[in-house]
Amino acid sequence: MAASARFTVVGGGLAGLMTAIKLAEVGQLVDLLSIVPVKRSHSVCAQGGINGAVNTKGEGDHPDIHVKDTLRGGDFLAEQTSVKGMCYAAPGIIYLLDRMGVPFNRTPEGLLDFRRFGGTLHHRTAFSGATTGQQLLYALDEQVRRYEVEGKITKYEHWEWLGAVKDENGRVAGSVAIDLRTLEIRTFPAVAVMLATGGPGIVFGRSTNSVINTGTAAGRAYMEGAIYANGEFIQVHPTSIPGEDKLRLMSESVRGEGGRVWVPKKKGDTREPLQIPESERWYFLEERYPKYKNLVPRDVATREIFDVCRNLGMGIGGRDGVYLDVTHIPAKTLDAKIKGVMEIYEKFVGDDPRKQPMVIFPGMHYSMGGLYVTFEPGKDGTPVPDSPRNQATNIPGLFAGGEADYAYHGANRLGANSLLSCIYAGMIGGPAMVSYAKNSASSAAASGTRLFELAKLFWTERFETLRKMDGKQNPYELGRELGDVMTENVTVVRHNDKVKRTVGRIREMKDRWKGCNVLDVTQNSNRSIVYLNQLWNMLELGEVIAQSALMRDESRGAHYKPEFQLPEPKTKDPREDPEWMKLWKVRHDKWAKTTIARHHPDGPQISYEPLSTPVLDPEPRWYA
Amino acid sequence: MDSALSVSGSPGSKPVKLRVWRQPTPDHEGFYEEFSIPYQKGLNVISCLMAIQRNPVNAQGKSTTPVVWDSNCLEEVCGSCAMNINGKVRMACSALVDKLEQPITLEPLRKFPLVRDLTVNRDRMFDALKQVKAWVQLDGTHNLGPGPRQSPKDQATRYTLSTCMTCASCLEACPQVTLENNFIGAAAISQARLFNLHPSGEMNAEERVHGVMGEGGIQDCGKAQNCVEVCPKEIPLTTSIAKMNRQVTKQVVKDLFFKEDEAEEPAPAV
Repeated sequence: MAASARFTVVGGGLAGLMTAIKLAEVGQLVDLLSIVPVKRSHSVCAQGGINGAVNTKGEGDHPDIHVKDTLRGGDFLAEQTSVKGMCYAAPGIIYLLDRMGVPFNRTPEGLLDFRRFGGTLHHRTAFSGATTGQQLLYALDEQVRRYEVEGKITKYEHWEWLGAVKDENGRVAGSVAIDLRTLEIRTFPAVAVMLATGGPGIVFGRSTNSVINTGTAAGRAYMEGAIYANGEFIQVHPTSIPGEDKLRLMSESVRGEGGRVWVPKKKGDTREPLQIPESERWYFLEERYPKYKNLVPRDVATREIFDVCRNLGMGIGGRDGVYLDVTHIPAKTLDAKIKGVMEIYEKFVGDDPRKQPMVIFPGMHYSMGGLYVTFEPGKDGTPVPDSPRNQATNIPGLFAGGEADYAYHGANRLGANSLLSCIYAGMIGGPAMVSYAKNSASSAAASGTRLFELAKLFWTERFETLRKMDGKQNPYELGRELGDVMTENVTVVRHNDKVKRTVGRIREMKDRWKGCNVLDVTQNSNRSIVYLNQLWNMLELGEVIAQSALMRDESRGAHYKPEFQLPEPKTKDPREDPEWMKLWKVRHDKWAKTTIARHHPDGPQISYEPLSTPVLDPEPRWYA
Repeated sequence: MDSALSVSGSPGSKPVKLRVWRQPTPDHEGFYEEFSIPYQKGLNVISCLMAIQRNPVNAQGKSTTPVVWDSNCLEEVCGSCAMNINGKVRMACSALVDKLEQPITLEPLRKFPLVRDLTVNRDRMFDALKQVKAWVQLDGTHNLGPGPRQSPKDQATRYTLSTCMTCASCLEACPQVTLENNFIGAAAISQARLFNLHPSGEMNAEERVHGVMGEGGIQDCGKAQNCVEVCPKEIPLTTSIAKMNRQVTKQVVKDLFFKEDEAEEPAPAV
């Protein structure tokens, strides 16, 4: 490898920007591709904070406890080496962001303040109001702009990644991308490519995700041979504001700062919430989980809210919705710590949450699953620094990080671990790409121009075909149908008959995709033709998610199948019930495996990979 | 199942009337196209545009192309969807139909080169951030321990400035900004202030002040105060401009007497 080689980073969120910074910092040249100006990436939507066991509150917190909370929170399906590396790196990452100028909230002494979050009993979450993701993204965006001025990073904003260019040995030699404004298609030779392209929220139609989160790049990479792992693990956030265009997130920090979830004890109570006296309110999370109360992990809170509304029919006014109440907290405190989300509720619903309890309901939020990547474990149980195996997909030269990878969160992600995992993936992903390049004797330059010409030709012809699609089916309508069927059947509660029908429906939609109309045949900023291409990749991912969910006959983390629930243990702590432990062990041994999906034209080929647990032995997960 | 928040409109509720600026390319003549969208409670402007995507037919019943616009987060933190709605610049995601007069007129930002329909090119805003060096001069991403201590009060001031999402509302409303000139506008000036307030950022304060004094800089501000009126994040932009003006005045004097990069020595004790 020459002293400085050319790399491609796809995606301008936290994972992509950190990868780009790590590459630029050691003198490499980076092409940074992003659908939107990187400052507008989906990381801005993260609200509550970023976890790190800095232990400033005299609670004896430690990275090992963070590891344990994360692995337990993920129901022991997370990749353990990466989790340990991430939790140990976390305090340093928070300090780094602090040095970059992130306006983290402070204690009266001027030190970083930390708040509580779900799935832990410690104050471990550093935060910047309730727009922490926005503030973190801006800090990295500013550093990237600095490198842009220095000529080390070249941004290609409003460009979308279409696919990889592979050499005759199957190694990635670069990418093909399209300019969303001119529809120019060109190739980007690179010694290694990082896909930090986010999650597939839009596959579920309405979610807390931004409109660009179609998962199209991950879907395409999967079609090109990359393994998609643990696709069935989809986090449904317990508290979101239902809306026609999207479900707006109401941060977990609202509960971290003392927000309480309740419904009226009387079914169908029509009184205004503040007219209902304390004794006639049912704080069901506090009652059912006296230790963690409103801060149980997200999958648990979501199922409880779902149960109260759908099974017990005790949602507000008999409909979907429970109260999230902060009216007992002084408005001044709320404004100092969670103003951002208070304003979102106020602007989009019209009520002031400082005076009126909010109405919320679970909404699709995050994909724990994603592109399969590896890590090289070191002696201390964390990834070996600079190992080319870190964040590497099964396609040589193709790396993945951020929500697009599968590794860090197992069956359920803990709140405030996503910003951390994105940044950590970039911190080890960038150096991994450099090491990979050093170890690869030949690279893009040696691959010859023919390869790139062919790749460009393939995509040019593909778009010409799309442009000629003049069927009756509206692609946006088809996308909405996909979202509806996924949300209805493959979110909080999964029944095999319904999930199976969903797989069938998606296959039928793939047929109907061929009868789509492109809606717009012009050249300038033609969004419809680009969407039509994305929609196919969304259908592919939807199929992976549904098929993976169908085949996993157990409940684990966010994946919940009532038909395959174990009976309730006889003791409060399940570990004290030996009969139940036997059942759990059999179940666990069968299913504590990573779901591996490989692309095939007839549908995803699913297999399971045994999970190694070098850091922590699995145990039943309970929060009561 | 219905949500306790959003209740579908009754069959009798009137459709939403929209009047949307259409312009296939900058070289084409633009025109207004009318649309009629089924009403639902809680609709915002973006939901209406999405409804047009799913059924691209105008109010006259004629097939058309879906409208092209920019949006992303839909919760007013990404800055994508600024446009003129009923003649006023604002974010389309937080523009609720129930609070707007109909027909709702949607037009692109006027102070930026048009791309298509409601999308424009806002590169000049990001270029301005380069000009004012809106970043902390970080030594590297290696672990150097915690950053400098800051008071909660300073944090609160900086946080407010740091919520600027480069949406362009302030430039759109500014009488000094035109398609032809290069005035950097309130957003970039306020970002210079943000980094000059940071204990490490302050070490490069002079470079930022020089950036603010450069071509199209703070001297072009006409003090109309429109920027602070339209800022969706209620950032005190005019305060930022006043503060940076003071820093510029100081710098002008300093530049007369000191060489670049020379430290200002403390005044001798009397």
